[in-house]
Amino acid sequence: MAISLNIMSKNHIRGAKNQRMLARLYTEWNRNKYVYIILLPVVAYYIIFHYLPMYGVIIAWKRFTPMGGIWGSEWVGWRNFENFFKSYYFFRLLRNTFLINLYGLIFSFPAPIILALLLNEIKVGWFKRTVQTISYLPHFISTVVICGMLVNFLAPDGLINTVLAVLGVEPKAWLRVPGAFRIIYVSSGIWQEVGWGSIIYLAALSNIDPQLYEAATIDGANRWQKMWHITIPGIIPTIVIMFILRMGSMLSVGAEKIILLYNPTTYEVADVISTFVYRRGLMENDYSFSAAVGLFNSVVNFMFLIIANTISRRVSESSLW
Amino acid sequence: MYYKKSVGEIIFDVLNYCAMILLVIATLYPFWYVLVASLSNPTAVAQRGGLMLWVEGFTLEAYRTVAQNPNVWIGYKNTIIYVVGGTVVNLFMTTLGAYGLSRRNLYGKGVIMKLIVFTMFFSGGLIPTFLLVKSLGMVDTRWAMIIPGAISTYNMIIMRTAFQGIPVSLEESARIDGANDFTIMWRIIVPLSLPVMAVMTLFYAVGHWNSFFNALVYLRRRELFPLQLILREILITQSLYEMMTNVVTDREPIGETIKYATIIVSTVPILCLYPFLQKYFVKGVLIGSLKE
Repeated sequence: MAISLNIMSKNHIRGAKNQRMLARLYTEWNRNKYVYIILLPVVAYYIIFHYLPMYGVIIAWKRFTPMGGIWGSEWVGWRNFENFFKSYYFFRLLRNTFLINLYGLIFSFPAPIILALLLNEIKVGWFKRTVQTISYLPHFISTVVICGMLVNFLAPDGLINTVLAVLGVEPKAWLRVPGAFRIIYVSSGIWQEVGWGSIIYLAALSNIDPQLYEAATIDGANRWQKMWHITIPGIIPTIVIMFILRMGSMLSVGAEKIILLYNPTTYEVADVISTFVYRRGLMENDYSFSAAVGLFNSVVNFMFLIIANTISRRVSESSLW
Repeated sequence: MYYKKSVGEIIFDVLNYCAMILLVIATLYPFWYVLVASLSNPTAVAQRGGLMLWVEGFTLEAYRTVAQNPNVWIGYKNTIIYVVGGTVVNLFMTTLGAYGLSRRNLYGKGVIMKLIVFTMFFSGGLIPTFLLVKSLGMVDTRWAMIIPGAISTYNMIIMRTAFQGIPVSLEESARIDGANDFTIMWRIIVPLSLPVMAVMTLFYAVGHWNSFFNALVYLRRRELFPLQLILREILITQSLYEMMTNVVTDREPIGETIKYATIIVSTVPILCLYPFLQKYFVKGVLIGSLKE
């Protein structure tokens, strides 16, 4: 008897709780119903176009057949992943993706910081603004046009060979030279983005309190000392945030530019995970295998991001979350 | 306050200005060359090997050839459809999301926000997304160029930040007068955020104008191809094919100037907008860089 009473009262309490909850939801709905209606298409969009593909990634554990589709195809366990890890491509793709990013980290990452620091030292207003405005330009030009220009300039009778001929270098079809691919990719990337990338650092620089410089001047600091002790520490938090974001994509290289620039003679150095997924998946219709490769890539990237963020939170105050 | 520069500083300043001038030249020369070469005599261009400072043997032949290429017109038409249609959908959806998520005391807002931000860092990948779009019957239709990218999360967060900056008092008086959220969004928030709307319009429109990867993935029928895919064929696929088959030497010189003319024709809209673009884009980047 006692026990059943106990249960009854518990149910009773739970019922009361549920009722309070319902009442709260009801007032909330009355207050915000239009906001929920406004948000409905947005939430639907994210569920359909972002979360359904995350669920659809289960085809990585299946053998996709057009008849079965995502849901009806047969399960094969980890076979697609195993095949990828054992394949000849695994090492090649990992190496190429990582090396392009490493080059990027060494050369492309510091470039806008250096540009911002140099621009900051220019005191003639109109000159500074003009340089900035012009340096943003390549950012707005489509990748196809940039790569089209590259193909032309790097052709045997193109600009690069004309310039190199002065230095006594034999003309070459540079896009067919495997050893040149990463240099071409990274240096043209710097050309495209250095000006644009500097904006965020210039903004950080303009937020530095001018009183710090005045005080330093009174104390007799020279320009290098001011740069080293005020300017650079002032933009370190921005650099850290950008660095975390960069680390989070250490194993991702966008397919767009590589698809436009590579060819079978340079696959050995140019083929990265995303281009491989595109070729295997969409050109050869090997959906399950390439979905497994893509998922591997997403997971590794996400881990990189978390690790970089955690380290940054420990050693400095800057972090993404 | 006057102070004397040391020799080291003067040397640094001189080198710094030289470096900046070099940067400007390195940025502008390729575009200048493309423009000059597109207006020149093809034989002259072929002889100069990429070094050309002024038009030689002025001719509009290359532009005439480009204008006669039906593919370029098809591409132009499609791109305009994708830019206009896509941007309208983008703006509508982004505004809805930014408005909803900028509300104070909205039950569940935190969770929705987290789930949305998560998609910036993790995705199902190219293949599952493609299969989804395919199963929705959008592959090889214009919808594929518009709907799957309806919202850029980054842009939505920028817009939300801007909406949050609008004083609550403005909407409160409207609410007392009986306005609901639809009215507040369209009559108060959006009109007060026209600068950020302009930034978003430009962000999205330039994105659509320049995008080619989505088209490459989703479109098969040539009559749906945007300009960038046509450009890819003219500028890259052909050249690489020539390169692979080593027929470089007997390439018709007129081909080069046609390529340059095509680049100019396809880039002119961006260049015309450039003064606005760079001003508003910088503004957008700066709003976006404010930490939540």
